[in-house]
Amino acid sequence: MALNLENSNVATRENRIGSITGYIGTLSDLANQSSCGTLKGCSRCFSQSSTCLSSCALGQLSAIRDVAIIHHGPAGCSAASAGAYYLDKVMAKKRGVTTNTVYIGTDMNENDTIFGSAESLRKIILEVNKRYSPKAIFVTSSCATGIIGEDIDSVVDDVKDEVEVPIVAVHCEGFKSRIWATGFDISDHAVLSSIVQPPRQKRNTINFKNFYESARPEIIEIFKNFDLEPIFLYCNSTIEELSHISESLATTCICGTLGNYLGNGLEETYGVPYIRTINPLGIAGFETWLREIGRVTDRSEAVENYIEEQRKIYIPQIEEIKKELKGLRAVLGMGPGYTFEVSRVLDELGVEVVWALAWHYDKKYENGEVPPSMKYLLENDVDFEASVADQQNYEVMNILKKYQPDLYLSRHPGSTVWAIKNGTPAVYVADEYMIFGYKHTLEFAQSILDSIHNRSFEKNLARRVKLPYTDWWYQQNVDKFLEEAKK
Amino acid sequence: MAKLLDKQRYKCAMGAMQTVQAISRAIPVLHSGPGCAQKLSDSIGSSGYFSPNIFPCTSINEKDVVFGGVKKLETTIENSLKVIDADFYVVLTGCIPEIVGDDTGEVVSHFEDAGKPVIYASTAGFKGNNYIGHQQIIDAITDQYLEKSEEREKGLVNIWADVPYQDLFWLGNIRELEKLVKELGLTPNTIFGYQRGIDNINKIPKAEFNLLVSPWVSVENMKKMEKKLGIPYLHYPTLPIGAFETTKFLREVGKFAGVDEEKVENIINKHENYYYYLIERYADLFLETRVMAKQFSVVADAQYTLGITKFLVNDLGLVPAKQFVTDDTPKAFQEQIKEEFERLNYGLKAEVRFETDGYKIQNEIREHDYHGYPLILGSYYEKEIAEEMSGHYLNISWPVQDKVVLDDFYVGYTGGIRLIEDIYSVAVQRWN
Repeated sequence: MALNLENSNVATRENRIGSITGYIGTLSDLANQSSCGTLKGCSRCFSQSSTCLSSCALGQLSAIRDVAIIHHGPAGCSAASAGAYYLDKVMAKKRGVTTNTVYIGTDMNENDTIFGSAESLRKIILEVNKRYSPKAIFVTSSCATGIIGEDIDSVVDDVKDEVEVPIVAVHCEGFKSRIWATGFDISDHAVLSSIVQPPRQKRNTINFKNFYESARPEIIEIFKNFDLEPIFLYCNSTIEELSHISESLATTCICGTLGNYLGNGLEETYGVPYIRTINPLGIAGFETWLREIGRVTDRSEAVENYIEEQRKIYIPQIEEIKKELKGLRAVLGMGPGYTFEVSRVLDELGVEVVWALAWHYDKKYENGEVPPSMKYLLENDVDFEASVADQQNYEVMNILKKYQPDLYLSRHPGSTVWAIKNGTPAVYVADEYMIFGYKHTLEFAQSILDSIHNRSFEKNLARRVKLPYTDWWYQQNVDKFLEEAKK
Repeated sequence: MAKLLDKQRYKCAMGAMQTVQAISRAIPVLHSGPGCAQKLSDSIGSSGYFSPNIFPCTSINEKDVVFGGVKKLETTIENSLKVIDADFYVVLTGCIPEIVGDDTGEVVSHFEDAGKPVIYASTAGFKGNNYIGHQQIIDAITDQYLEKSEEREKGLVNIWADVPYQDLFWLGNIRELEKLVKELGLTPNTIFGYQRGIDNINKIPKAEFNLLVSPWVSVENMKKMEKKLGIPYLHYPTLPIGAFETTKFLREVGKFAGVDEEKVENIINKHENYYYYLIERYADLFLETRVMAKQFSVVADAQYTLGITKFLVNDLGLVPAKQFVTDDTPKAFQEQIKEEFERLNYGLKAEVRFETDGYKIQNEIREHDYHGYPLILGSYYEKEIAEEMSGHYLNISWPVQDKVVLDDFYVGYTGGIRLIEDIYSVAVQRWN
């Protein structure tokens, strides 16, 4: 990947790494087509709402403590500020720290779309700086400002002298990319280009990119065994902490889609190794990942000792529960950073994956390779039907109705309810650490069992509700509206 | 002009997709970027027969910005009709198509014979907030769907109130308003919530009058309906919470509808007797709570700030500190709303501020002397300032994180009792 930190604009995933949102076939076909370069994404002539990349970009940045986000656009764009405020407060409280991060909208009106509002934006930035003295300011665009050509770069340049902290333009127009994960790259780009400083000294720290740091205490404990200290990003991060992440021994992440840009960027710019294994979910994932950390940081012996000791505790228990899971059939729908990782864990636990949906698919990672999670599955002869759909719920429902699996696993708010209305038990894999390491792999297996042991809730509901799709739709093939696939 | 929206308490016009969602079996079809629905819905209680991830969306991309998105809109509507089992399709246009100039009306006109009604509303985010967007939806229904009726159904009253979903209590409130109106011997007709849908929309033109219970939202809708459908309207500006205001409400509606006065008074008596039976039992609690000052502030949209202020003053005998209206009330309505805040018992006048900048609001609360622990009713943002001031806090306006409401309500006699329960459930947790 060639990173251009001088330019505030990030190329979309579609343009940078050939990511797609439309495909139906099998895992092996998807991988083969990506390796030989023949994979072309399809578009849809009918689609349902998905997600805005600005939510991903600004959700990440607003989790940093004591910063200001100024979202220049109509009030709907910055409506996410309400949720960010809540999350910032509860996450800080949980950690026992405080945050004064503010997320401001500019409530653009019709006149602003005609005459522009650069001068108002300038004043708003200065006033926010005066009110809150943030440690960094992120000035961000929206669809409306993008189309009218509001030059936020110039406004930012213009106020730089009056603001004593890093201030950066963040380009996150929602129409830019259908892949909302582009938003993660946008936030990483802003951090890399304006906050991270060149290393002054090496530290025994590991950058750990995640969402809500729920496993923070236990990961700190695990890493103590190796004399390593994790720095969790960006939830509850400080600007001071972020300025030093170039000094870490390595970067890792709980979700490849989330951490890819930062990991590669730090490696390319500052030589911080990026751990590119399968993710630490399930047994194989956890061990492969730990071993790579051991190798990169020269701590292999300590890692092997830890693995041996932990295996004794957990592997017998996991083996025991696998007996009960055997024969279950699952469908899953998640971001690609999870779909193929969770598929591997399900396979490991003896659950058969009958269909996996990825909300998008990166043909190649920033380093030009096929995603490791997929490579692993194919090398281990695991194959299943797979599709790429940006949360197209009608396709999920079509699949669930046809396959009637024992369970549906998904990771996005509002998705599980549709499976249970179909009468299918659902497991909400929202917590990014839900399947982390041996302990949580065991817990994950247990929650699958709990979900299928009591189906009262979904059966009660499914019996009384009508699904919102027509019979006609359920009779169609799932690729009905994919435009190039039918040729 | 762009402004500093700090601690924002509303969404944009496209947030009116929630108004459509509140009409049973009506589906919003979005001509917008892919993420508007997700951003404008709330994570709690957005499920239902339809949910935001069911809303069809043209998911405009860079190419559509350059070449226009009308073709995509056409196929999206066409296939929505095939895939989604709905009664009413409402196309909502977002920022992008309105700036690049897509002719949505023209595309929608191709579906005149679709067998199901398809209408459209201009809800670009920059056109205003979701209170304005809500009005755009009602106007679109009036302009594009409803026809004037020669026939009138005796006693049929359309009831309109504030914005579904933005108003946490929308469902319970409108059901309770229906109940009260029904007791007067009238037939209420509303279009939002359980089992209210296309049939109720069809009944609108046959009503004898429109009853609007809101300080300002939908006043323009009522005028439009009066002009096009010949339906007169009664504008009742205060959300009636508790006995004092609900009694006034019943008298006024009764008078407007020509209901026999004695009948109205009998209904009032019946309710007030029970209401004061409850109040009498708990009067000691109100008088002897050691941790609550007499002064309060409400930070909410015009309907709750006004409704709750009147209730706490006229029913419970509290004293208004500064009150804040955060819904960006159009200037034309501010003066008359301000006057309502000055019509309180014993000549009390509440000072009201129309303010959308949360920073200023909280500074004013901080600077006010409440003579003890204040009572602050507001959005989730006010939790912090209430804690700072050791105040009692209730989350009654958007954004909401501290309360889950399925069909609870604050309207009417019963609603007043519910609000008392909520306030004192907070207060009893402390002792001084």
